Amino acid sequence: MDSTTAAPATRAWQDDGSSRVPFSVYTSADLHRRELERFFYRGHWNYVGLSAEIPAPGDFKRTLIGERSVLLVRDQDGGINVVENVCAHRGVSFCRERFGNKRNFRCPYHQWNYDLKGNLIGLPFRRGVRQDGKTNGGMPADFTLEEHGLTKLAVAVRHGVVFASFDPAVESLEAFLGPAVLGYFDRVFDGRELKVLGYSKQRIPGNWKLMQENIKDPYHPGLLHSWFVTFGLWRADQRSEMVTDAHGRHACMISRRNEGGASEVTQGVASFKEKMTLHDDRILDVVPEDWWGGPSVVMMTLFPGLIIQQQVNSLSTRHIQPDGPDHFNFVWTHFGFADDTPEMERRRLRQANLFGPAGLVSADDGEVIELSQVGFRQKPDAATYAELDGRGTGGADHMVTETLIRSMYAYWRRVMEV
Amino acid sequence: MANPAVLDFPAYYALIALQADYAAALDAGEWERWPEFFLDDCVYTLQPRENYDRGLPLATIALESKGMLLDRVYGIRETLFHDPYYQRHVTGLPLIRGMEGDTILTETSYAVFRTKQDQLSEVMNVGRYLDRVQPTGSGLKFAARLCVFDSEMIPNSVIYPI
Ligand SMILES: [Fe+2]
Repeated sequence: MDSTTAAPATRAWQDDGSSRVPFSVYTSADLHRRELERFFYRGHWNYVGLSAEIPAPGDFKRTLIGERSVLLVRDQDGGINVVENVCAHRGVSFCRERFGNKRNFRCPYHQWNYDLKGNLIGLPFRRGVRQDGKTNGGMPADFTLEEHGLTKLAVAVRHGVVFASFDPAVESLEAFLGPAVLGYFDRVFDGRELKVLGYSKQRIPGNWKLMQENIKDPYHPGLLHSWFVTFGLWRADQRSEMVTDAHGRHACMISRRNEGGASEVTQGVASFKEKMTLHDDRILDVVPEDWWGGPSVVMMTLFPGLIIQQQVNSLSTRHIQPDGPDHFNFVWTHFGFADDTPEMERRRLRQANLFGPAGLVSADDGEVIELSQVGFRQKPDAATYAELDGRGTGGADHMVTETLIRSMYAYWRRVMEV
Repeated sequence: MANPAVLDFPAYYALIALQADYAAALDAGEWERWPEFFLDDCVYTLQPRENYDRGLPLATIALESKGMLLDRVYGIRETLFHDPYYQRHVTGLPLIRGMEGDTILTETSYAVFRTKQDQLSEVMNVGRYLDRVQPTGSGLKFAARLCVFDSEMIPNSVIYPI
């Protein structure tokens, strides 16, 4: 290979497969810019929030798609719009509150005014200022309001979950998810009214793709997370299924809880604590819900930036917000349903102790991701080895596999053209 | 008492001694001592200010009994993989917000610094304690300690108690 023309990251892939990801894929600033362009700003739907977060006309939420600040806003007609938080005049990131209610958006710098759909509706001194019988200044004769609105994104709302795309040509959300993943999406979001329970935010010093991988990796929970193994929430002998879409970009890890305790699979698992008992077991007061339809755990990864968690009674969306190749912010929105009993809401909140930045089975995910990134930086010419259960891609009917990770990187290579 | 929100000096001294002892236990990594600062029937939460201010119930850690604190200690000791770190609490002076019977309601600012091996010290979590402190036969105990933190981002994870 001609090393003077090939990009370093291209050269680093050892074969045409996707099981050996070069460490530079997690650290390269050039690849990161291309990922933002091709996954976050083009051809993909990105999560921006829940419609329950902005229930009333004028309600807005500021969030991120990739590294671009956007506003999710409900207009006077009840519609949901997503606009970029950059003034068309001089580029000011004009909205500073994270949540609020407004009649319109006004940039503080020169008071350009936008309606809740992002249309420019007025600006000072457009026709100049009259002084001593003449008009000073003003915009040129060919100026029109229509040409200077905010950047308006395509919006898709499905059953209370809001996605947006900078790409007006993006396919429908339903086609983007594909039928199998859409089915699991609708299992959680079946049109019932959602209730936001609150937020958790953590900054993880690792590449954003590592969080996608973590939730496409059924190999680790029974090993890294002692709690899961000990209480039967997740272990290698459970009936489970790994589902992916036709492109291999999205995935669902589906499992059924068993009774826990010792068995063949816990032998040799260093993290298994047979004698572990709880002083107060209300944290594991799991009550099956009708809508589960069998599985007690379904973890969905929607590429590139969203994880949807159903772990027994605990529900959250987890929004991946990259910040350069070496960091991402991870925003958890825990929710329940508007018709939950107070006991069920209490239960969801109690089980939330397992998840999030201090969670008994989640805090360590962030910790190991940080340490992977340290290793990637240290040894730039090396590659991962994700060949549990072979080198193939696609779904599986067990959890002793890294197929979902390989599926994602096969898709990644096609889109990234490396 | 004319002003129920004023403690006499011995009572205030006992309160700041409790706060100082709590911080010293955590900074020394004496996790087994942590639940002993609480009543059996107690509340401990670590909650983002955003949730607290907006009335959203989710907390980063939400424990409802001394038993749950003991279970958290087990998690720290035995099950949670994490990069080891020191923590250092700097706790302000408690402001007395009121009394309910003999229970003292207080608010105290705190800053927690984290120091990982081979790394610079950093600000980990900044906020305030909202406490309900109860006199008992074995000294003052927390009936409730709500840690409401300003810090917008948790630097990766919180393993040890604040
Ligand atoms: Fe995990």
